[in-house]
Amino acid sequence: MSSDLNELYQQLILDHNKSPRNFGKLEHATNHAEGYNPLCGDHFTVFVEMDGDVIKNVSFQGSGCAISKASASMMTTAVKGTKKEEAEKLFEKFHSVVTRDIHKEVDDLEDLGCLGALAGVAEFPARIKCASLAWHALHSALKSDGAVVSTEDAKLN
Amino acid sequence: MKPSVETIVKETGRNGEAVFDVARLREDFPILQQKVHGKPLVYLDNAATSQKPQVVIDALTKYYSSQNANIHRGVHALSELATYEYEKARGKVKLFLNAAESKEIIFVRGTTEGINLVAQSYGRKYIKAGDEIIISAMEHHSNIVPWQLLCEQTGGVLRVIPMNDDGELLMDEYEKLLNKKTKFVSVVYLSNSLGTINPIKQIIARAHQFGIPVLVDGAQSTPHIALDVQDLNCDFYAFSGHKVCGPTGIGVLYGKADLLESMPPYQGGGDMISSVTFEKTTYNALPYKFEAGTPNIADTIAFGVALDYVNNIGLKAISSYEHDLVTYATEKLSAIEGVRIIGTAKKKSSVISFIMGSIHAHDVGTIVDREGIAIRTGHHCTQPVMQRFGIPATARASFAFYNTMEEVDALAGALLKVKEIFGS
Repeated sequence: MSSDLNELYQQLILDHNKSPRNFGKLEHATNHAEGYNPLCGDHFTVFVEMDGDVIKNVSFQGSGCAISKASASMMTTAVKGTKKEEAEKLFEKFHSVVTRDIHKEVDDLEDLGCLGALAGVAEFPARIKCASLAWHALHSALKSDGAVVSTEDAKLN
Repeated sequence: MKPSVETIVKETGRNGEAVFDVARLREDFPILQQKVHGKPLVYLDNAATSQKPQVVIDALTKYYSSQNANIHRGVHALSELATYEYEKARGKVKLFLNAAESKEIIFVRGTTEGINLVAQSYGRKYIKAGDEIIISAMEHHSNIVPWQLLCEQTGGVLRVIPMNDDGELLMDEYEKLLNKKTKFVSVVYLSNSLGTINPIKQIIARAHQFGIPVLVDGAQSTPHIALDVQDLNCDFYAFSGHKVCGPTGIGVLYGKADLLESMPPYQGGGDMISSVTFEKTTYNALPYKFEAGTPNIADTIAFGVALDYVNNIGLKAISSYEHDLVTYATEKLSAIEGVRIIGTAKKKSSVISFIMGSIHAHDVGTIVDREGIAIRTGHHCTQPVMQRFGIPATARASFAFYNTMEEVDALAGALLKVKEIFGS
């Protein structure tokens, strides 16, 4: 098996795919938004419960491939308890890692914690949208306009 | 010297059966000689588009190197040559479809444009509020959306022939849908996501008993099933050149002459006019009435060469070989634990759609791609089919005459790797 496949489908990702964390509807959600990829049918809803500026609780439900599901699951564990601003920063960081030029070294994966496991997605351009779908939905939920985000709108990646 | 294509399929094997020399045919396709991710390319996405033989690639080069000119309007030598070659391609399509007349062959961009032409030209003239249009549950989006647009414009109503769990149309339900309000039927011949071959002759014959015209979506059937539009007795038949070894951007709408004559133009512009003044324009005769603007000359000529190429091998030989290939692939894939084939009609061709337990089709696609194997994953532009089977997506292997049994083995091997990675 090729090494980048091992990199993409590493144990942590397979585990989050099999047993997603924070999966299901959030009862006391203050905001939620849908993320949809019309090209492959991946469809998630991200729920957040805000306490002022803090993401007190977060969950997701829906269906998609292993990459999109694991990414959604890992995202919820990463942003739970963080400030909105921190979550947005993490998204920016995450986004820059999965869309990076693969010929360049990644210098500071450490800030990403377990999300760093998804860095291998950059080797698979067709799958970048899978990894970022839930993040776009979270971003929309935090803006609280709750608009459905499609991966095809404005060519989101 | 290489044997010609004719000698390849006419030689007979030990038991007297025709020998289909795939290894020799593969040499005609330069793209099949390359490696992808370091592995020999196994191209199993033929329902999306076919690969092109060298003769087609050469025809494009030849046209732009020595024949390029605009057609139907110049008196100079090149224009006459380009016009001759372009119209010769129309003649080849006429023969390929066994149409009654060349003027029944309209060049369009592809199946999608052909269907849109009929919906907007025939449909807007003849479909009134409350009239019904019948399609089937296994249509590709391009045989759904043009009719929905037409219904929005006219107040027409779309009716859908349902299918069973094997992916076969329920013909008794079709019978029930036909009524005095039905004004058009548009059905796919071979499903791109299920592989089902529909009983198209029967569908046409029943509609004709009610005096209803029928369009056949031939995007998938054309490369795999020998065709005779007069025998089918369809009123319209649309297909794309790029799925039959031709270039992209060229396709055909066949229509019976009397119907085409009665229809208004689809687009206005050059070539489709007879005379123009600011007060009134009179339209050109068939087929030019429907070919506004400078057409896709180079691709049309190369498309004619592609049809010659396919004809030389022969669609009967192709169908027979592909039948063996799909039968073998079905056995091989079914033997893998967790693989479920979606689309198990008794009459099938060229397509195997499948799911693998809880593993998403996209993950399957990515992993087999790293083995050099190209398959399609997703909803195949047939979202209602996915909804019917309650699944988000499938992986689809679709075959052409240049695929081999060894490539089927390679796919099966790659699917075992998918299972290994997902530990299932």
